[in-house]
Formats: sequence, C-alpha cells, structure tokens
Amino acid sequence: MKKHIYLIAAFLGLGVGISQAQVQKGSVLIKNATVLTVTKGNLESSDVLVQNGIIIQLGKNLTAPAGVNTIDASGKYLMPGIIDAHSHVGLDVVNEASAPITSEIRMKDVVNPTDMGIYRALAGGVTVSHAMHGSANVVGGQNATLKHRWGSMDPADIIMQDAPRTIKFALGENPTRVHGRGNGIQPRSRMGVEAVIRNGFNEAIQYKKAWETYQLAKNQKGNTTPPPAYSERLQTLADILDGKIIIHCHSYRADEIYMLINVIKDFNIKKVVFQHTNEGFKVAPEIAEYTMGASVFADWWAYKMEVYYSTAFNAAILQKNGALTSINSDSAELIRHLYHEAAKTQRYGGLTDEEALAMITINPAKQLGIEDKVGSIEVGKQADLVIFEGHPLSSYAVPQMTFVDGVKYFDIKKDNNDQRQWVAATEMVEPIFLRANEEAHRCMQDVDAYFEAFQGAFLKEKH
Amino acid sequence: MNRMYKTFCALLLALLPVVAMAQIDGEFVKPRNGKFLLKNATVVTVTKGTLANTSVLLENGKISKVGTNLSSDGAEVIDCTGLFIYPGIIDGGTRLGLVEVSSVPETVDYADVGNVTPNMQALTTVNPNSEAIGVTRVSGVTTVLTVPSGGLFPGTAALINLNGYTPDQMYGGFKAVAMIFPSSGRRGRFDRRSDEDVKKDGEKALKEANDIWDNAKSYLELKKSGATLAYFPEMEQLSKVISGELPLLIEVNAASDIQQAIKWVEGKNIKVIFTGVAEGWRVADEIAKAKIPVVTGPVQELPTRSSDRYDAPYANAGLLAKAGVKVALRTDDEENVRNLPFHAAFAAAYGLGKEEALKAVTINPAEIFGVADQYGSVEAGKRANLIVSTGDPFETRSQIMHVFIDGYRIPMSNRHIRLYQEFLERSPGLKAN
Repeated sequence: MKKHIYLIAAFLGLGVGISQAQVQKGSVLIKNATVLTVTKGNLESSDVLVQNGIIIQLGKNLTAPAGVNTIDASGKYLMPGIIDAHSHVGLDVVNEASAPITSEIRMKDVVNPTDMGIYRALAGGVTVSHAMHGSANVVGGQNATLKHRWGSMDPADIIMQDAPRTIKFALGENPTRVHGRGNGIQPRSRMGVEAVIRNGFNEAIQYKKAWETYQLAKNQKGNTTPPPAYSERLQTLADILDGKIIIHCHSYRADEIYMLINVIKDFNIKKVVFQHTNEGFKVAPEIAEYTMGASVFADWWAYKMEVYYSTAFNAAILQKNGALTSINSDSAELIRHLYHEAAKTQRYGGLTDEEALAMITINPAKQLGIEDKVGSIEVGKQADLVIFEGHPLSSYAVPQMTFVDGVKYFDIKKDNNDQRQWVAATEMVEPIFLRANEEAHRCMQDVDAYFEAFQGAFLKEKH
Repeated sequence: MNRMYKTFCALLLALLPVVAMAQIDGEFVKPRNGKFLLKNATVVTVTKGTLANTSVLLENGKISKVGTNLSSDGAEVIDCTGLFIYPGIIDGGTRLGLVEVSSVPETVDYADVGNVTPNMQALTTVNPNSEAIGVTRVSGVTTVLTVPSGGLFPGTAALINLNGYTPDQMYGGFKAVAMIFPSSGRRGRFDRRSDEDVKKDGEKALKEANDIWDNAKSYLELKKSGATLAYFPEMEQLSKVISGELPLLIEVNAASDIQQAIKWVEGKNIKVIFTGVAEGWRVADEIAKAKIPVVTGPVQELPTRSSDRYDAPYANAGLLAKAGVKVALRTDDEENVRNLPFHAAFAAAYGLGKEEALKAVTINPAEIFGVADQYGSVEAGKRANLIVSTGDPFETRSQIMHVFIDGYRIPMSNRHIRLYQEFLERSPGLKAN
C-alpha cells in the first residue's frame, strides 16, 4: 500500500512539475525606485534584482547580470504585487447552488485563464487573487488561488499550485434565501446555518471513524468488512477538521460571526478567515483572538439588510484590535483599484501607510497561507511586483507595470486597445454591457435558474 | 512628510471624539445656523483662483464676503489656518434619499410601475433622514441631483442639498425630466436576449418614444389653443419639456445610441443634458458639435466592451472634455455617493487633470443645471455651501474638517462615525465581565 502511495505521489509530483515547467519565470533589474517593501520599511531610490522569478537582491547601485533587462523606475514607487483575498475573476461559474453543503466542488475545475478580468486586475497591480466559490451554500466549494500569468490558455498555468487548500463557507442572507426560502430546506434562518455546519462536521467525524475502523479491520486476518462508501464531500469536511484546509467564511453580522467562532472552538478548528465581515468591528476582540482575521470591503454598505449597520471604519477598528485584516474586492471592478480601497483606511480611521499597504499585500497573503512566497519585497520571495506613478495610496496613483514571477504582464506604455486572448464565436459581434458593474458582482451568480419564483428581483441582491 | 503625516493622524485620532462633539449624555448635536467667519484658509474658489490666507464670512445662508482682514463682527470664528476651503461638491446623478437598503423593496422608491411616468417626483420621495445622507455629506458632497429610473420616462429628478427636515427645505432649485434612451446595448451579464431581439427591442422602444413625444406635442398645442383637456399628468409633465420649462436628462451610454440620441434631439429645440455617456469617448466630437452637456460616471466602472482599454471609463471624462464637451461627474450611486471625490481623482489622473476634475464636481454641474449663480464656487453672494479640509479633498488621506450647507454648520458625525467611537475600544473587551 505504502509503495502505491509513493508511486502516486511521484506521478503527482511529475504532473505538477510538468505544469510548472510551462510557467514562465523572468529576470529583471528595477532601478532607483522608492521601494515599499511592506514588511521591512521603505527604501529610497533603491534597486531590486530578480532572477528566475525570485527576488535575489535589494540595494543601491546594483548591476544587471548579462542578459537581464534593466528598468529605470526613478521617481516611481515599487510595491509587492497586490493580493485579493476575495475574487471571482478568472472563473467560468461561481455557484453550485444545489445543496447547503457542496464541499466536493473545486473551483480549479472552472478556471478560465482568458477572462479579461485577469488582465484588468493586472492593470490595477493585482498579481494574486483568491478565486472563490459563491455564497449560495453554507459550505461551498474549494477555492483556487490564482497567479495572474496572463496569456496562457492552460488553466493549470494560472493556478498557484503551491498554495494551500481553502474552502468557502457562507452565513446569513444568501444561503438562507437560496435553500430555505428558495427550496424549502434548511437553513432558513441563522439557527439553521449553525445546525447545517455542526451536522456536517459531526457527520464528517463519523465518516472518518468509519474509515479508521475499516483500516484497522482490513489488517486483521480473514477480514471481510467492506470499505465504507467514499464521499468527497465528507472527506473534505474531515480535511478541514484535520487542519488541512483554511475556511474563508462569507459573513456580515456580528451574531453569525460569533456563532462560527463558537463552532470552530468546539471542533478545535484554527484556520478560519472571515470574508466581508461588515459587522466584524463589533466582535473584533474575538476575531483577533480565535481566527486568522477578516478580509473586508473598504466601504461597501446598505446594499442589503445585513450590511445596513456597517461602518467604513471597520478595517481600522479590526486592525487596532489586533485582528489580521485585509481589504478585498469581490468585484471585477473594485479589483482594479485595491490600492485605492486600501487608502480609504486612512480617511476612515487614520491608518499608517504601512498598515494600509499591508492590507492588500502581506495580510491577505497570510490569510491564504502564502506569506512565505509573496506579499512583500524580500530576498527569496517570488517576484510579484508593481511599479506606480505616484504613491499607491494617493487617489491619483497610476499603476505602470505589473510583474508576476519577474515576468512583465502589464505595461501601461504597451497596453493595446484589444487585449483579448480569445474571442468566443458568440462574441464575433462584440456585446456592449451597459451598467457593466452588474457584471462585476458575481457572488450570487449562477443561482438564477433555481429561483424563477423570484422573478429576477433575486439577482439584484449581490454579494 | 510621512512622519508629519503620522503625527497629524495621531493628533486627529486623539481629537476625533472632541471634533465629533464633546457629547453629554442625551444631548444631540444638530446642524446649526448662524454667522461664521472661517479665518485664514487657503481658499480654492474654483472660478477666481486659489487665494492664500483668506477668510470667508457666512451669514444668512450665503457667502457674504471673501477676503483678507475680515472683521468677525459677532460671527463665530473658526480658525482655518493651514486648512483649505472648497465649494461644496456636487454629484450630478444619484439615487440618494430615494433608497435606504437596495435589496429591500419596501425601501426602494426610485422606480414606479409604468413606462411613461414623467410626473413621478423624486423630490416627493426624498427621505431627509436617510442614513446615507449623513454618511455622504461629511465627505464634502453637499448637493446632489437625485434621479428616478426604470422605464422610458421614469420621472422628474431634483437637485437637493444634504441638509433639511423636509424635501422642500432640501430642494436646490433645479428639476429635470429623466428619459432612459432606447438602447441597443445589453443591460449586463444577465441580459440573455439574442442580438436580434436586442435590436428589435431598441427599435420598438424608439418608435414608442416618438409616438409619446408626438402625443405630448399635440397636448401642448391643444393646451395653448385653449382646448379643454382631460387629465393626462404624463403629457402635462412632458409638455413642460417641449415648451422649454424643464430640461430633459437623457440617459444614454452605447456609442450608437448616443449618435441616435443626438439625431433625436436635433430640431426639437429643447434643453437637453446627456447622462451616463459611458461610451462618450467614441463619439466625443459629435457630442461636442451638438453642444450637449454631459453628466458622466461612475468613473470607477468596468469598460463596456471586452476589447476596450482597461482604463476607458477612467479616461472617458478627460476625452470628452478634450473634445470640447462640458462635463460634470456623477456616482450614479445611493449609499456611496461619498466616493464622488475619488471618482473625480481617477478622472483627473487619467486625462481630465486636477483643475478640470474639480470643476466637473463644482461649477460645471452648477452651470449645466442653470444654478451657477448659487452653487459651484466660493464667491460672495452664493449659497453658503462649502467645505473645510486638511488638503485636497480628492485624496483619501485628507480629512474633511467642516461642512456648511445653506449656511448651516453640519455636525461632523453620522452612524459610521458613532459606531467607530463605540467599538474602537469595546468594553467589555474579550473576556466576559
């Protein structure tokens, strides 16, 4: 048996090796920039040397090794690639709204590397996004962490293969509307949401136990016990209990956030990040103590009842209470200016430059479990970098160039009119999307088919 | 610079509870009318340049004097040394006051049943106590056009100031009939009509618009000739557009629709303002030639076509202005109208320039709405709508320190700020009592 595992592991490794071999890695020397490292302060007119996709040297008067391009960034700012901990860019579908628990679903299966949203995000300095399942289900699908390597036609190329597994949970209005009000099954209330989660985890414990019992019995001589039925859904929940998956939980109200904190304490789960978390400020001490923090909107509120009692000071309150806090987009539009969204923490709560920038770089990196690889400008890290004209926290800032693994994927000077990789046959006559913003909100996409009774009004409720 | 800024932030934080009024239990701070002398500021007048070490005297709801060495003469003096005075910022298109919570239909009042309802009055339904109004005005946005939407002629928009207890107290002196121009574009990802149906629907809608227009014309002619007419509130309201009493706000976005709308307006001899104009940059010269002013936005928006440059919506206002179109900006939002200054900053950075961007949210909308004698700049004789900030109000790091609307000093508080004050240091904290 063990041999088999090694063999499988070797094959898997080979598979990963092949897919990574196609990923381009660049070398570049960026000179004379104001380097905002995020974790190690600011370096005035300094250079950053990248080789084979990795930052290998920071300092002054560095010289480019033979064959390495030099970019003069005098008067410009260099910051780490921006990381969006909540996005649906690069996904063909978002919700599998067919059951309150769909943990077997994987967003990796629906990654679309040709989505224009990826290029537009790059143009806003975003190099990594967390492509999430939607919020229709209490336990949604497993998310994919993407690196914005624009230009590839192979989904595997833009999936960050070495990022840990994460899964979407959702509390409150969306799952209760979809399943309770829409289908007449639990959950219809926030009580039901808790019950669905507890039931799921307890079932997973039984499932784990059944397999453990079987493994023990199997080794007995003359054993005839058949194995339990395999369930990807329960196995995934068991993996959460074993600490192998980070939960990213869509949530708004303080009561439901507090509920999930109590649930994870009972099941001894440590890896939880709250998403949206509009009322997180009310339970900031609890979020700080028991979770991996919150990933929030800068200022969105009032678009639905559960975000009516919000405050734009949410991020600042969370930060000052010691909660790990990031600013996310959940929108193909907002993702284009996360630097500006982060800057709003200065209007609403007076955060420092370092704190504000951390909210779109190292903090989301920590929440995705990739902080050893990206999220700051440090020697040894992957060279995901953005050059800005103007300080990135200024409202007038304009991203100039964006690099992923040292490869330049966006350059404002070489930005052509049509950046599409691929044009669908159905788009030979290009559609015009008025109020394109509607397209931006995808958290509840793909659930319309289930709810004709709501006559489309349902779709107005976003996020 | 950074250290200075940090010190400033610390100071501001320390002062915040004081700034937001040293409240005694049970006391509520209301907007306050009076005579105010804003002393020694840098005054960005918009129309008359930027004046250093200048004071502004407010009395009887008006800006009475702008100058140096102004005598306080009984006015409450507010020291503005090191601060900047700007005119109140104007949003040229919102749903502010018409909706409280977008997903709760009971609180959504900007659209009614029917395709032709120009007689529906946005002003009637403005809720002066909407939380969004308090949230918006401390950002420096003091005045907004609030616009109904929905059918072909959804209703009549109204300019409102963000202070007052009744819609009439808030009314800013400008109304216009809204029209959603028949569109050949899709309404978004969820619009799954075939190309053919989209085209057919557009043509049908345009024919309907023309029929309605002809009816309104007949109505006006009959009325002028003294005929006794039955009660047609829609025709009554539309006839005011035809007679020139009310302007027509035409919401139009796709390039071909804009061209169609220019043609539709030709020869009608009515006052027209285009709104939205998302693809205006494609036909900017034609809009300029037609001399139709534009209220465009949101600026922070996705391009309308996949093949468009990523920054097309950021650059749109700048390209329109460059072609000679008079441009004002809007958020087209309800709860986040407070972001208008940031939309303006993006327009500025992507081609409009800082000076023109400031005009696009002050004097330009005032001129387009015909109220430039009262709004849009810091000049003696105008309404006392102005803001005092620590710096450029388009920058997120600037803080808006004071807001005056119609001469009322607005308390710098709202629910967002009160929640901050309550929850920044929660008591009890983590552990139970």
